[in-house]
Amino acid sequence: MFQTYSYPEYAYVPSAEQVEGRTMRHPVVIIGAGPVGLTAALDLAARGVPCVVIDDNNTVSVGSRAVCYAKRPLEIWDRLGLADRFIDKGISWKVGKVFFGDRQVYQFDLLPEGGHKCPAFINLQQYYLEEWMVEAIAAHPRIDLRWKHKLISLRQEGDHAILTVETPDGIFAMEADWVIACDGANSDTRRMVGAEFTGQFFQDRFLIADIVMKADFPTERWFWFDPPFHRNQSALLHKQADDVWRLDFQLGWDTDPTEEKRPEKVIPRVKAMLGDDVEFELEWASVYQFACRRIGQFRHGRVLFAGDSAHQVSPFGARGANTGVQDIDNLAWKLALVLKGQAPESLIDSYHDERAFAADDNLLNSTRSTDFITPKSAASRRFRDAVLDLAGVADFAKPLVNSGRLSAPTPYANSALNTADAGEWAGRMSPGTVCADAPVTVRGKPDWLIRHLGQGFTLLSFGDAETVTANGVTALPLMVGRDLDDAEGLVAARYDGKPGTCYLIRPDQHVAARWRSFDPAAIAGALARACGAEGAL
Amino acid sequence: MQLNLSPNIADPDGFYEYLVDSQREMGDEAANRMNARLILILANHVGDARVLREAIRLAATSGGRPD
Repeated sequence: MFQTYSYPEYAYVPSAEQVEGRTMRHPVVIIGAGPVGLTAALDLAARGVPCVVIDDNNTVSVGSRAVCYAKRPLEIWDRLGLADRFIDKGISWKVGKVFFGDRQVYQFDLLPEGGHKCPAFINLQQYYLEEWMVEAIAAHPRIDLRWKHKLISLRQEGDHAILTVETPDGIFAMEADWVIACDGANSDTRRMVGAEFTGQFFQDRFLIADIVMKADFPTERWFWFDPPFHRNQSALLHKQADDVWRLDFQLGWDTDPTEEKRPEKVIPRVKAMLGDDVEFELEWASVYQFACRRIGQFRHGRVLFAGDSAHQVSPFGARGANTGVQDIDNLAWKLALVLKGQAPESLIDSYHDERAFAADDNLLNSTRSTDFITPKSAASRRFRDAVLDLAGVADFAKPLVNSGRLSAPTPYANSALNTADAGEWAGRMSPGTVCADAPVTVRGKPDWLIRHLGQGFTLLSFGDAETVTANGVTALPLMVGRDLDDAEGLVAARYDGKPGTCYLIRPDQHVAARWRSFDPAAIAGALARACGAEGAL
Repeated sequence: MQLNLSPNIADPDGFYEYLVDSQREMGDEAANRMNARLILILANHVGDARVLREAIRLAATSGGRPD
């Protein structure tokens, strides 16, 4: 069925520990080799933590699935050396059009602010993303990726978990100081720890189809409410790499999912959308329903949940894989510090605090979009249609049109790891916020600010600064004007960088604290706090 | 005073959610009656007859065309 992609089949390799029958203790075992689990392995390995990834399958995502990747995950993958390939292959887009019935009522431009390395969004089939991460992992000595390894039970002792794993050679046990469950919305691991997973289930079904088409539709996101070709439902058209297009049709609840994904049913729907004279091949189709829900606690002892196993959102807004990757961004450096004995175990609790806060923000946005796209009552449908009606003629209605609020990072505004500002600050870079990128030059060569952040703690300074250490953790200075040049003045503009200003930046490229002058004692206090030290100043 | 058609609601998504949620438990007739009352309450708040007439004329169309 697939003419643009052939699926790799990865070899099952028996592990020495299973063959020799000796139980080994691993620092980290990751369950699930999807985008979130693979990112976790690469991020941990980059921070010096060896890990094992197990997956019950032996290939990549079937079908294009996640498709839309936002700027922040691209920046995270850039830190891991992967983003250039994704961006080169992916389709960058920024214009979205919204149609109601037969007319366009709204157009938005994501208008990415200039001077950032990564685009606002790319569309790329999930299988490419996974395949290239698997390649990167193969080259990494600290990562042991094991296919055809299925977790069948898990129990916890005080300071580790014991995993029972099934392979083609039978069953064996592994021990892990920490387990990261990246096994998706239907997580077995979540069931094994008995975690709650609650929220709102939507009684609706959607058909997604990938088609290959050499059409000259523009590279834009087109969203229809109640279009003539698909009455009373919504539809979406999006371009991916290799002339593959993603089509999405709302079907309603009273439809048969098995029947609806048969080509005989899908092809007429596609023809109705594109017109009879457009030539295309159907590559993949799937029918899904969705829920907006989250796990009660992201941490269950030594088991940590990330991605869809921790939170499931509707697809509107591209918040699934994008937020899962940000979970890992938040978790990996904390786990690395705790495993090295440089931070108390309680630092891991801040993973729940910060990422549950972000998940709730995502769930709120995703639920609102879903309610707008699929109104639950005649009364709600009337308001929805009125908004769309007015959006074509009155500007005030445009911000009310909600065809998905596209994923943007949630600042950890109230995190206990932040140190509060003193004094007046302009701009957006308050503690808990992800660092804005900016063009810089390094030894005369064009470069990007964000590429110089994130290996550990950084002191981004607009004046003299020196290395600061707290409890064995160091923050290294990155001086504007010495280590890099602010050629276009955008670093100073985005960071309110008056002379002397100094930012403490976390390994996940978030602002921990900032001052108007280099104050080693204050910085040491903020550094200790950002590492979860109790009673830190 | 002129009818303001520029965005003027600080948190559009929050407002919309509150509005729709306020009718979540209502039957259709009850929701219609509530809408009528809501229009009258807001019209009184606006007050200006010219503005109200302009708003009524716009609302009577669908996307600028006769409904």
